[in-house]
Amino acid sequence: MTKPETSSQQNSIDFRGVSFRVDETAGREIVSGVSLIVPHGKTLVLLGRSGSGKTTLLKLINGMLVPTEGEILVQQRSTRQWDPIRLRRTIGYVIQEAGLFPHFTVAENVGLVPTLENWPRKRIEARVKELLQLVGMEPTEFAHRRPRELSGGQRQRVGVARALAADPPILLMDEPFGALDPVTRSELQREFRSLARRLEKTIVFVTHDLREALLLASEIVLLQSGRVVASAPPDEFLQLEHPEVRSFAACLPFGTGEPA
Amino acid sequence: MTAWHFFVEHRGEILSATLDHMGLVLIAMLIAIAISVPLGMFIVYHKTLRTLALGIASILQTIPSLALFGFLIPIPFIGGIGKRTAIVALVLYALLPILRNTYVGLTTIDPAILESAEAMGMTRRQILFRVRFPLALSVILAGIRTATILTIGVATIAAAIGAGGLGSFIFRGVALVNDALLLAGAIPAALLAILADFLLGRMERRLKVT
Repeated sequence: MTKPETSSQQNSIDFRGVSFRVDETAGREIVSGVSLIVPHGKTLVLLGRSGSGKTTLLKLINGMLVPTEGEILVQQRSTRQWDPIRLRRTIGYVIQEAGLFPHFTVAENVGLVPTLENWPRKRIEARVKELLQLVGMEPTEFAHRRPRELSGGQRQRVGVARALAADPPILLMDEPFGALDPVTRSELQREFRSLARRLEKTIVFVTHDLREALLLASEIVLLQSGRVVASAPPDEFLQLEHPEVRSFAACLPFGTGEPA
Repeated sequence: MTAWHFFVEHRGEILSATLDHMGLVLIAMLIAIAISVPLGMFIVYHKTLRTLALGIASILQTIPSLALFGFLIPIPFIGGIGKRTAIVALVLYALLPILRNTYVGLTTIDPAILESAEAMGMTRRQILFRVRFPLALSVILAGIRTATILTIGVATIAAAIGAGGLGSFIFRGVALVNDALLLAGAIPAALLAILADFLLGRMERRLKVT
């Protein structure tokens, strides 16, 4: 995907032999020996069943979890060396149901990180307006509403706007569209794909939905019991012979899961 | 003489006893809030202190109120007969409901909200003050409401150690077997409790964030 001689500058995220256990000395490994690279501006989709370690990998990137073995470089720097607060403000984060603050207005939610970063008020206001437009929400109509006054799809749009607020180079997304109805989900996926390409963000996206993975990914990484079992760009992924790939492919409608 | 005539004739005394009673409750509640709410916030991240604080507060509340007054009277500086001892006892009683509700309110927040707060790069302190606290307000207020009602009740007993208030009518009424005197203390005390419950309940619903 990238030329070897430039890859070290262009890799946004670099997993090097990463393992993780909840208990440092005992217990089951949730993530085992994962090495993978996310080049700058690409969308890596982590695909897997529930409990396969997808979300754990995501939380290892922004330092909410620290690896038991190995290390993760974010912008060429180990997450152990980053100040966790700085690291997280460099990385946007979107989760299912958006995790918006119910006591904040839409504008306050979107302006959260800029506020924490002490931007001047005028600049925050302008940025919030810009972001709401970017995610297709009219600022005059929505800025002063509370999250409970929004539909699920609108909440998720606000979640994306909030994650983008301080213009972070990296976005982490944990099944962001998982709780939406199929029509809204499909709309948001398409809009998000064009947005992601336009903004050139490095994105790590977690899902258990193969169709979503095929639509959004530059590269799909399939996890099973904390290990990477397959990895390929979307147009090659369905040709892989690994049984877990076949299991996922079998869920696709219209027999598109058959090897070509 | 009917109770009604008694009330009309002694309205000045009843009013001043009611105000005394309210003053006692108000001072005790302000002190109890000033101790419990910050302490409740502090123990969110301090496990040992949490066990200790919640433990002591619940032991204090199991002591019968008259016994608690009894314990306090011999203690130098805070003890003796009168308002000061009564206020100390009322504060000790009010601690638990406020402390427990503050802690519970701060720690039963939707995990998705806390997770995104952490992932946005908010510090613990910012999460405590800007996320947990505003979302816990209605639960904290529910604790304050419970404590206030409790304190209005216990404050009637404080008359036994010379703290004044509506309890003095009740104790005199019991001693003299005088229903009018008894009711002159009991009715306003009950009304105070109902009124406090109503007003604080309304405030609580208004603060609730959905």
